Amino acid sequence: MAEAAAHDHGDHRPHGWVRWVYSTNHKDIGTLYLIFAIMAGIIGAALSVAIRMELQEPGIQIFSGLAQMVYGMQGDAAIDGGKSMYNAFGAAHGLIMIFFMVMPALIGGFANWMVPIMIGAPDMAFPRMNNISFWLLPPAFILLLSSMFVPSAPGAFGVGGGWTIYPPLSTSGQPGPAMDLAILSIHIAGASSILGAINFITTIFNMRAPGMTLHKMPLFAWAVLITAFLLLLSLPVLAGAITMLLTDRNFGTAFFVPDQGGDPILFQHLFWFFGHPEVYILILPGFGIISHIVSTFSKKPVFGYLGMAYAMVAIGAVGFIVWAHHMYTTGLSLDTQRYFVFATMVIAVPTGVKIFSWIATMWGGSISFKPPMLWALGFIFLFTIGGVTGVQLANAGLDRSLHDTYFVIAHFHYVLSLGAVFAIFAGWYYWFPKMTGYMYSPVIANTHFWVTFVGVNLIFFPQHFLGLAGMPRRTVDYPDAFAGWNMVSSYGSYIAAVGVAIFLYGVFEAFQKKRVAGANPWGEGATTLEWQLPSPPPFHQWEQLPKIR
Amino acid sequence: MRKFLASAEFLAGTAASAVLFSSAAARADQPREWEMTFQAPATDMMRQIERFGNYTMWFIVPITILVLVLLLVCIVRFRASANPVPSRTSHNTLIEVIWTVGPVIVLLLIAIPSFQLLTAQYTPPEEAKLTVKATGNQWNWDYEYQIDKTFSFNSAVLQDADRAKAGKEDRARYPRLLAVDNELVVPVNTMTRVLITATDVIHSFAVPSFGIKMDAVPGRTNETWFKAEKEGLYYGQCSQLCGKDHAFMPIAVRVVSDAQFKTWLDTAKTDVPAANKALMAEIDGTNKVAAAGN
Repeated sequence: MAEAAAHDHGDHRPHGWVRWVYSTNHKDIGTLYLIFAIMAGIIGAALSVAIRMELQEPGIQIFSGLAQMVYGMQGDAAIDGGKSMYNAFGAAHGLIMIFFMVMPALIGGFANWMVPIMIGAPDMAFPRMNNISFWLLPPAFILLLSSMFVPSAPGAFGVGGGWTIYPPLSTSGQPGPAMDLAILSIHIAGASSILGAINFITTIFNMRAPGMTLHKMPLFAWAVLITAFLLLLSLPVLAGAITMLLTDRNFGTAFFVPDQGGDPILFQHLFWFFGHPEVYILILPGFGIISHIVSTFSKKPVFGYLGMAYAMVAIGAVGFIVWAHHMYTTGLSLDTQRYFVFATMVIAVPTGVKIFSWIATMWGGSISFKPPMLWALGFIFLFTIGGVTGVQLANAGLDRSLHDTYFVIAHFHYVLSLGAVFAIFAGWYYWFPKMTGYMYSPVIANTHFWVTFVGVNLIFFPQHFLGLAGMPRRTVDYPDAFAGWNMVSSYGSYIAAVGVAIFLYGVFEAFQKKRVAGANPWGEGATTLEWQLPSPPPFHQWEQLPKIR
Repeated sequence: MRKFLASAEFLAGTAASAVLFSSAAARADQPREWEMTFQAPATDMMRQIERFGNYTMWFIVPITILVLVLLLVCIVRFRASANPVPSRTSHNTLIEVIWTVGPVIVLLLIAIPSFQLLTAQYTPPEEAKLTVKATGNQWNWDYEYQIDKTFSFNSAVLQDADRAKAGKEDRARYPRLLAVDNELVVPVNTMTRVLITATDVIHSFAVPSFGIKMDAVPGRTNETWFKAEKEGLYYGQCSQLCGKDHAFMPIAVRVVSDAQFKTWLDTAKTDVPAANKALMAEIDGTNKVAAAGN
């Protein structure tokens, strides 16, 4: 597509800080999102390493010292402050990884960059809204980070209620302003996501190139479309829930206050009505990325394209009616639990379709094991492990023993930390040459993969054992019998941290060496439209609309 | 597949699976070092949960291995060097139907015993003979015995400084973060109903070896039940994040003989510490004799 490049002469490309701060260009905004996600990811990962350092052995070693350093507490106050700080780290780790790492990377980053290109559109439908979507995130992130330095409960700093912020712990349990800052942060991040979702839905419905019917649209665009609907429908419910939390805290309402007629469980219903679709929001774009990569490196079209697209539609739809499987131990009636067991298990069917279709895409292919494919293969296997433990947890009778234990931590990190994050890295190594024009070192990328693979499995596989043995989650200290597997898990987290360092070095190395990637470094298997543009693509693409077969 | 179904059948009927996936059921009271499975069951309900958990393993482990094997086959047989010319197959209705219907059947096979288990948890086999109310506070539990003359006491984590005074210096029997000052005392083989609530924030009353976990929610009273089969000291921990000392509000249940319970109850109505002292003297005394006998 040499002609596309030739059209660049008419570009009004702003320069300097104006290009980024005032940006209305989907690729620049996508880059901002990716940089933001990397920075937030480093902070979120650092928090988790601190948590693992604390849990490496029984007793309270790290956090009392941290409380001393950060908050200037002494003696017993430092120990108490450390316990609260541990809880604040847990909450911040969860919120940061979800709202400020995975979502910005997958939706703001990759989807912003690639969806318009893939569907043959010059940009997003609402470029200025795209700008505000991004620029709402840094203030939201700063609010969340600053919440860690303001009081919550007496003698404690930071939101100590977990990312689920259940009342009354998040209302009467933590009267200080930390929770208010976090609520505002989630509100702003949520608004950012809702605006983004509106933008994607409009773009995908209205700006496809002629001939690009929905049933010809690449699966990543499908995944983002479904994700955008999930965001649009679920985030307002979260916004409502945390607004009620805010008014309960500050304006004397009693939505969740039992002694004034409210109900703390109501919050859990509202939270999980958002929270469960949210986990599909985190993973669906990853599904799309994996489909592209598996197809590209097998040199085969995606197997069962329609099945793949509608499996995601099914997952998204059913994802809205399973929320109370997070609440089996709250005292739900038997019939309610029966329903949620049934509905939850249904989700395994479309998920199975996806796993098997990826394998079938590879079957008969001519597979090259470039770094993106390595990450995709890792994704498929590890996501399967997380999926089958999910089937176990779906059973309320069994969940009685597993709920709120490390088994649940292991499960959702297998689907998110080893699922969504592997998909992000797969996408990164797949599109990095396209986005920057440079090819990274495959040796560094492969090392990054293997170190991360070993690290994260060492972290999370033993946590299944801890959960089965009964170790509750979210505890700063544990009975000595749990020490062994916790030590293994902590060592795994140090290995994974080395993986992050290798990743960053790989990025640095790629920009330093400036190996030219070319328009399509992946060969004949890469059939979606982004590979017809030069790398990096021109500032404005598809001024002449692409022809879709 | 045939082997797979046969094993499932074999499991459904017997408890033999327990041998495969769980440690020997010798000691059923607290977590063990390097434990990889459930704590050994101390109630029939936990045994049912464990059996069902093991049963699901017969599906999920083969499925995971199947995916792994298929991936490995793809990696070996369809790598570019072994298979330079890719096929263009992108549809096969039969196989798509199979991998949709197959999981449905697996899910049905899991669902049927799952619903039975869930129903059993909410269908106590007999009327409760003893009702205890557990109230979660930040960060301890109140236990109220709802008998003719209701009485209650507080149960908090055992501080190291208090070990000697409480006669709980044996750290194997009274482990750090699990041992409490006053245990919940219940008679063996007795249907016990637990009413669960909280005063401040949400807690969760959980005893892994009994197979129970129920949230303690302010303004609500939840209910669960257990029938402990063996005398002993059983431990659990608060299982819902409740603030600073969430890790430090254990649950300890002492299951004793009917006679011991009666004696304990008579004293406990007026003087809980004295009742516990007397009970411990008797139980730990006999334990020492038993240990010496070994």
